[in-house]
Amino acid sequence: MPEVKKIATREGYGKALVECGAKYPNLVVLDADLAESTKTAMFQKAYPDRFFDCGIAEGNMIGVAAGLASTGKVVFASSFAMFATGRAYEQIRNSVGYPALNVKIGASHAGITVGEDGASHQCNEDIALMRSIPGMVVINPADYIEAQEAVKAAIEHEGPVYLRFGRANVPVINDREDYKFEIGKGTVVREGKDVTIVATGIMVNSALEAAEKLAGEGIDAEVLNIHTIKPLDEELVVASAKKTGKVVTAEEHSVIGGLGSAVCDCLCEKCPTPVYKIGMQDVFGESGSAADLMVKYEIDGAGVYKQVKEFVTIQSQAD
Amino acid sequence: MTNLELQIMANEVRKNIVKSVHSAKAGHPGGSLSAADIFTYLYFEELNVNPENPKDPDRDRFVLSKGHCAPGLYSALALKGFFPVEDMTTLRKLGSYLQGHPDMKGVPGVDMSTGSLGQGISAATGMALAGKMDKKDYRVYTLLGDGEIEEGQVWEAAMFAGFHKLDNLTIIVDNNNLQIDGCIEDVCSPHPIDKKFEAFNFHVIHMDAHDFDSIRAAFKEARETKGMPTAIIAKSLKGKGVSFMEDQAGWHGKAPNDEQFEVAMKDLERIGETLCQK
Repeated sequence: MPEVKKIATREGYGKALVECGAKYPNLVVLDADLAESTKTAMFQKAYPDRFFDCGIAEGNMIGVAAGLASTGKVVFASSFAMFATGRAYEQIRNSVGYPALNVKIGASHAGITVGEDGASHQCNEDIALMRSIPGMVVINPADYIEAQEAVKAAIEHEGPVYLRFGRANVPVINDREDYKFEIGKGTVVREGKDVTIVATGIMVNSALEAAEKLAGEGIDAEVLNIHTIKPLDEELVVASAKKTGKVVTAEEHSVIGGLGSAVCDCLCEKCPTPVYKIGMQDVFGESGSAADLMVKYEIDGAGVYKQVKEFVTIQSQAD
Repeated sequence: MTNLELQIMANEVRKNIVKSVHSAKAGHPGGSLSAADIFTYLYFEELNVNPENPKDPDRDRFVLSKGHCAPGLYSALALKGFFPVEDMTTLRKLGSYLQGHPDMKGVPGVDMSTGSLGQGISAATGMALAGKMDKKDYRVYTLLGDGEIEEGQVWEAAMFAGFHKLDNLTIIVDNNNLQIDGCIEDVCSPHPIDKKFEAFNFHVIHMDAHDFDSIRAAFKEARETKGMPTAIIAKSLKGKGVSFMEDQAGWHGKAPNDEQFEVAMKDLERIGETLCQK
């Protein structure tokens, strides 16, 4: 098997911003002293007149974004997920969400794959926070390719969007001719009949790895890529749940308030199905390499495999 | 407008503040009344805005950073012709577009949704930055409370505006010296306000918020100031015009009952009559 290309989703963010800079003269990018890390520095270099570093002042950055957007600009405001959505939550809620302004929050360094910086910088709550704001679109791309398409779609979408990117290099899984991105439309990346793994972001790859291993043991897992957590592709989730009767959600995020909760919200109303949620089990992360952390918190391929297998075994005994 | 015409209009703004808050049985009369002359000067003299075309991209912008003083803003907007004055009595009621705090989606003439203190100034700063980027000559104004400037975000915004030399931005601090829990000096003093803004690279002007000569001079100076934003420290009296509300922290966010409403309206009618005799 050829070596899988690995690139961080934040690289896709920076690349797409630069590409879109020419097409959209009203595109403006803001950062809060993390431009090199979030990759908005790529846009800064290409379009210095449309880039503003707001300094280490995330609340003001969101307000400035709102003011710019009120005049007709499409504004991306960037920081690490922790500070973009945590520090500036209320500014996003009141200055962007409530007036439904055309601001896109492009947050990098989400989840525990931030790695060595440790728990203070590993945001596992951003999806929960952003999902709770009325009208906010929440997108968590699976790879470098999807990250770029998500940025383009976010620009075309009128209104607030939260985009979640990661620090770590992750496998590129969508590099194919027929790849298409549509906000709110998930995809079946692997068909199966025994259990559904609903995955988002870098967990799509972990889910695919797990599915391969499960297949070797006679468990035929279906894998969904839910890049848009809000609005959730309920039709796809319900159809797959009906088919398999067992659902596992997988996210690099707390199991409280994220993809798992969104899927449960949907299924409990539309198709009650047993669900197991893989993710950060209501704990803070810690320092370590991204790879080691994924192993420890069981969100790598092996960890997903183990948890899905346990869940399927228990459910099968219950049947 | 002459000063006398502005005074008469400001008195009408005050009457509508009292009427709407009384009708709503809730709201913030104190700070609305302290800023009534400022609202009047902005909408009837200073701002280049047109009620027939409230979204004109070239218009001046006003952001009410102290969003709880919506009754004052709405009164000025209504009297200017952005929406019917009669609608003022729907303030804060279910189904009304006149929300308790300004909602830019629903109220003609409102340039930014505000209410959470400290946020409006950042949005105003973004608007001023857009004006510079687009080489437009519109100006941006924002009104803050003197308690509001205790919010850290105000100083993040001030740092940004000063650094970017946004001379198309004028911020006004309604310095009525009272916040909900008492005198600003006693709660968590933001003084010296002028020196703080100077340190953030603002041109600072002191103004008497109830003297139209002083107001006129301050806004003229702000317009003529180049290379830095302006902060106008507007010395005002909370509750101005209503005898029993003047300089009382207790009237920050409380509506008058029917009896108090009669007294308040009589106070304002008396002021109006005196002005008309001039």
